[in-house]
Amino acid sequence: MENNTKKLRHGSRKAFYLKMVSGSLIRRASRLIIAVLAIAIGATILSGLVAIYYDIPEQLGREFRSYGANLIVLPRGEAKITREILKSLENLIGANKIVGMAPYRYQTVKINEQPYIVAGTDLAQAQKNSPFWYIKGEWGDLTDVDSVMIGNEIAETLNLKLGDVFMIQGVKYGEQAEASGQNLSAAENQKRDTARQNFHKNLKVRGIVSTGGAEEGFIFVDIDMLDDLIGDIFRADVIECSIVADANELANISSKIEKDIPELQPRAVRRLTQSQDIVLGKLQALVLLVTVVVLIITMISVYTTMMAMVAERRREIALKKALGAENRLVMSELLGEGVLLGIIGGALGVFLGFEFALRVSLNVFGRGINFQWLLIPVTIAVFVVITVAASIIPVRKVMDIHPAIVLKGE
Amino acid sequence: MAEKILELKNVSKIYGSLKALADINLSVNAGDWLSIMGPSGSGKTTMINIIGCMDTPSLGNVILDNVDISRENAASLTRIRRDKIGLIFQQFHLISYLTAVENVMVAQYYHSMPDEDEAMEALEKVGLKDRAHHLPAQLSGGEQQRVCIARALINSPQILLGDEPTGNLDEENERIVVDIFRRLHDEGVTIIIVTHDPEVGDVAQRKIILEHGKIIDDIDQSATFGEALKLKGK
Ligand SMILES: Nc1ncnc2c1ncn2[C@@H]1O[C@H](COP(=O)(O)OP(=O)(O)OP(=O)(O)O)[C@@H](O)[C@H]1O
Ligand SMILES: [Mg+2]
Repeated sequence: MENNTKKLRHGSRKAFYLKMVSGSLIRRASRLIIAVLAIAIGATILSGLVAIYYDIPEQLGREFRSYGANLIVLPRGEAKITREILKSLENLIGANKIVGMAPYRYQTVKINEQPYIVAGTDLAQAQKNSPFWYIKGEWGDLTDVDSVMIGNEIAETLNLKLGDVFMIQGVKYGEQAEASGQNLSAAENQKRDTARQNFHKNLKVRGIVSTGGAEEGFIFVDIDMLDDLIGDIFRADVIECSIVADANELANISSKIEKDIPELQPRAVRRLTQSQDIVLGKLQALVLLVTVVVLIITMISVYTTMMAMVAERRREIALKKALGAENRLVMSELLGEGVLLGIIGGALGVFLGFEFALRVSLNVFGRGINFQWLLIPVTIAVFVVITVAASIIPVRKVMDIHPAIVLKGE
Repeated sequence: MAEKILELKNVSKIYGSLKALADINLSVNAGDWLSIMGPSGSGKTTMINIIGCMDTPSLGNVILDNVDISRENAASLTRIRRDKIGLIFQQFHLISYLTAVENVMVAQYYHSMPDEDEAMEALEKVGLKDRAHHLPAQLSGGEQQRVCIARALINSPQILLGDEPTGNLDEENERIVVDIFRRLHDEGVTIIIVTHDPEVGDVAQRKIILEHGKIIDDIDQSATFGEALKLKGK
């Protein structure tokens, strides 16, 4: 019985502490809005930046990937790349890491008796690899495989405009064009003798490609259409991949390809991936710096708020001391208020911060970010620690308050 | 003979060249009702602060409940004050964000355990039961002072100290508060009140007059004590 009462009374002491602390916050709410706002703004920027910080590598990775392929895969030896090998390469890298994966088959054709190169590819994938290509007209697609993209160089030499039709001519697969000028092996000479078949086809200019690079000298067509035209199955000369990966990951992927798919020979496009890492590193350092600055500013504003609060509540503090409160108890109440402020401001900030990060991400990268649930406890904990740390000096002022002097004045 | 609850022996409080209290000797019996009067600056507040363990004398000894408190440090003065002293202030000093009953419970909280039933009882005694859940801003000055008295008494102190407790009250409320003092006196509470108001000073059993930090008069009013009571009782 005695024990029971004691327990109950102990509970009520804690309960009264909470009542006082929360009562102070709730009934003085208008006074505390600024403090909560300061913390909430700090927490918003912090949690927002952290959310972006974690998303930047992914975001920027994709962004960088849009500046072209970062992995070129060639066949090892004579044999070309089959569809099965392409499939196993795709599986090995993993669909979630692939931004674009475009196989290319190069075929020499003639237009007006002049040699040109047709690049057969998966146009949709090629576009994902190279969204920065400047296209006059439209990208080619599967709705009309006879409407194709030509390089700007070709368009100029042949004086072709959008909508113009031109004819390509060539020799079917396994045949050798007369004007190839190559030294022929005995076997090939024999083939050549058995059957000679030519192809020709009219194509319409749907888009003109300007890249400032070699692409301007190619005619881009759908790879299946090209295979049909030359009478062969899928055989790619090269696969251009755009993968979300930093230099290390890319090296890992390369060596895995070499090991698991011996028919292939991967080559990382080093310059791009390295500069990507440098930019990423710098950006993350910048985010870190801003975060630290924000934390310091938050601490300063909490410090000044708490300082003002202690000054403003000198009488109340003096009264509590006059009623017999030890310094320790009064300080624990003020710190309790600080903790509560930190929790409220931090919680508010997490959600505002996510909103902020989402907006930044949508504006800068054009896509959303995932909400990290871990950010809630982490941000709140960080801001509780910050408010407590920033409150220590102001709260210690309690010790300098002499009740007799403070309570005497009108 | 009544038990001595408080004794000041050659107490002085010196601020630089100013003697706020000069060689004060005073003893108070348990259950006494003492009023302290005197002009402004005569040392009344200084004296009551020293008795109330809010301040220490520069010279001399203060014996409270048989313990010499004159050389105690701030922490133990706080403890002694919590256990033995009930304070009432001219400006009430209620915590603005706590209700009346919570303000009473604050004193319990720092003393031992908050107990709402007990706090309500104390408010009932000063006639404020129905105002218990109001914030100070919603109470009149007289009501606020009654909350203060309930708060001062909640831990059953040995001495109730008031520095101008009726200084901010109108006559009506002054009478209510003095009435409460009278009841407390009947219950055996030792009361020491600083006042400017002769009427309030006259109700006490004993009145001392301070001037320039010295007791210049010590008047035994026990003869008229009953009369004053009657007078006020009307
Ligand atoms: N902390 C202090 N430092 C210096 N002088 C002080 C201090 N406190 C009080 N005094 C001086 O001591 C003297 C007595 O002050 P005290 O407050 O006790 O007067 P009082 O009798 O309460 O006056 P009042 O009726 O105006 O309240 C005054 O001259 C005052 O200026
Ligand atoms: Mg005074």
